[in-house]
Amino acid sequence: MPSEVMIRLDPKSRAAAKGLNDLTIRNLFIIPTIVFLIVFNIFPLLYSLGYSFTDFRASTNAPANFVGLQNYRDLLNDPFIWKNFSITAKYVLISVTGQVIVGFGLAMLLNRSIPAKGLITTLMLLPMMLSMAVVGLFWKLLYDPNFGIINYFLGLGKFEWLADPDMALYAIAIVDIWMWAPFVMLLSLAGLSAVPKHLYEAAEIDRAGSFYTFFRITLPLVAPILMIAIIFRTMEAFKTFDLAYVLSSQPNTELIAIRLYKMAFQEWQTGMSSAFAYIVLIMVVAITNIYVKYLNKVKAR
Amino acid sequence: MRTTLNGMLAGVAFGAISASSALAEDLVIFWAEWDPANYLQELVNEYEEETGISVTVETTPWSDFQTKAFTEFNARGSAYDMIVGDSQWLGAASEGSHYVEMTDFFAKHGVADIMAPATVKYYAEYPGNSKRYWAIPAEGDAVGWSYRKDWFEDPAEMAAFKTKYGYDLAPPATWAQMTDIAEFFHRPDEDRYGIAIYTDNSYDAMVMGVENALFSYGAELGDFETYEVEGFVNSDKAVAALENYKKLYGFTPPGWAKTFFVENNQAITEGLVAMSMNYFAFFPALLNEATNPHAANTGFFANPAGPDGDQYAALGGQGISVIKYSENQEESMKFLEWFIKDETQKRWAELGGYTASAAVLESEEFRTATPYNEAFYQTMFKVKDFWAVPEFAELLTSANQRLYPFIIGDEGTAKETLGALAADWTATFKKYGRGQ
Repeated sequence: MPSEVMIRLDPKSRAAAKGLNDLTIRNLFIIPTIVFLIVFNIFPLLYSLGYSFTDFRASTNAPANFVGLQNYRDLLNDPFIWKNFSITAKYVLISVTGQVIVGFGLAMLLNRSIPAKGLITTLMLLPMMLSMAVVGLFWKLLYDPNFGIINYFLGLGKFEWLADPDMALYAIAIVDIWMWAPFVMLLSLAGLSAVPKHLYEAAEIDRAGSFYTFFRITLPLVAPILMIAIIFRTMEAFKTFDLAYVLSSQPNTELIAIRLYKMAFQEWQTGMSSAFAYIVLIMVVAITNIYVKYLNKVKAR
Repeated sequence: MRTTLNGMLAGVAFGAISASSALAEDLVIFWAEWDPANYLQELVNEYEEETGISVTVETTPWSDFQTKAFTEFNARGSAYDMIVGDSQWLGAASEGSHYVEMTDFFAKHGVADIMAPATVKYYAEYPGNSKRYWAIPAEGDAVGWSYRKDWFEDPAEMAAFKTKYGYDLAPPATWAQMTDIAEFFHRPDEDRYGIAIYTDNSYDAMVMGVENALFSYGAELGDFETYEVEGFVNSDKAVAALENYKKLYGFTPPGWAKTFFVENNQAITEGLVAMSMNYFAFFPALLNEATNPHAANTGFFANPAGPDGDQYAALGGQGISVIKYSENQEESMKFLEWFIKDETQKRWAELGGYTASAAVLESEEFRTATPYNEAFYQTMFKVKDFWAVPEFAELLTSANQRLYPFIIGDEGTAKETLGALAADWTATFKKYGRGQ
């Protein structure tokens, strides 16, 4: 199969003159990548799996003792960890839903012939080109109750966006929506422009209403590509660290990635944090799998 | 072509050799990024003038100082020769044998007599009362208070205060007075607020703030020898102290939910509050007209006493330790011999460093040098610190998890909060087999 796809090496090329064949060249390209992947990804992954069953602490010289499933048991019995999980779930839900609504809405608005469409689209993509930490620092200033521009424009006085325990998570989700809705918009726009125009013409002839056209034509045809956007955003939102870490240190905004960081690099509970990372990994894989199954179903339709 | 290449390689190799031989004479001290690190760089420049050995103070922001230092230790890295490490790291760094033991150095040079007793106890000794030492007290520090002299001395305010509370408005002598004053000046309509305290629940910021209340109320975190915490950290005195701290949070400016030394100095420079808690190390900036428009009107006082007259403050500050993986341990020891000399310590204080040298601290010259030195001198003889065990970060996490929701989120009662904290700490100590 691969040999059919692969373009044969030109016998007159310099590579051929040096005695290289296409198989050697293929290996030259692939092997470094695979070695890199094994050394920096697969090996640590397996190594940390081993650590997750020990009480190892990287900060001491004490040998690692095998403790079986103790770390997993402790973590799953810790009410604070469960709180971190429920906060994360809430955050993913708010943030991804918001991004899909805003992103898809923007795409609908842009999916028509308007002047300077290219420029507008490019400008809208700017937020997602910024660094997360920079966005976090900027929004911290924007949200500031004493001199922040948001309260000024909304006339909210000294409203404490990031200090209010009930509001802080929403405030972070708003920033995430601002930053990543353009990503959903971009993918949706690609999906929308691929919808055949004749379907709309047929619907118009049949005097279908705009709601009917949207739910029966637009949405089903854009759904697969929208699902891909949702998968990406869910995985990213699930492991959000920088935005929340920079913006707020409320216990109500302590996402799992932040708790994991603290456990691994401030408390140096290496074994315990490896177990924690595995729990998170299993969850992300499970959620992604559900999405992929659903995506395949949508595509099959 | 080949000769050129060989020549180049030889050049590179020569360069590398000469660079490494030059490096062997250079010492690197690792510290957090703040003013005292700049003062230390100035001080060590004088060491270079004397000996020809250059010393560089390398810094990183406070927020990742601990992480970066321990990452380097855990990797057995030799990037740094010495580190000005936090007092609570002593347990982790000595038990992990990342620090070179300095007990012999202490005996040989009588360091325990040169430095103020509290600094030797908290910056150098581990385990407690073991007479084993791991660091040379370098930057003495504790939490103190700055206040707005012009607000306190305004005749109209003084009269109004006296009428309302029945005593004269002055820098508070007790926590009760401090709470009254905070309440008195808390006027959100005028964009004036009572007090600035630490509320950041990452690392030890808020815990340090709470400790100031706890210690002055006569409470303890636990028994440092038996690791018993039940009945200490949740004693009635501790409960009253925490309630008082939460009450003060009610008189802070809006959005005061993640604040540490930067915000607390800003509270004074922006003219927001009447009083502000902070480490002494940050006070020089408050006397600088360039950074504080209210510099002329800023005064300082030591952490006030509790209801029973106990008066303590939470300890900041650090000692210098030699890192086990350094290739220049001998040179580092020589440097430390120079560092503990009286004249070096005097110079250190002049440059803005907070010396731990008892002789310098007690000298009239030092105590009158700045408006806050007297408060610093008084404080350094009555300081207490957090646990220094290797698992201190876990203890801090539980403290943050329990204290923050009560102080800022208004959840539960002080008694429940500290009861839960005592249970968490007991479980942690049990996990590591302490006090069994």
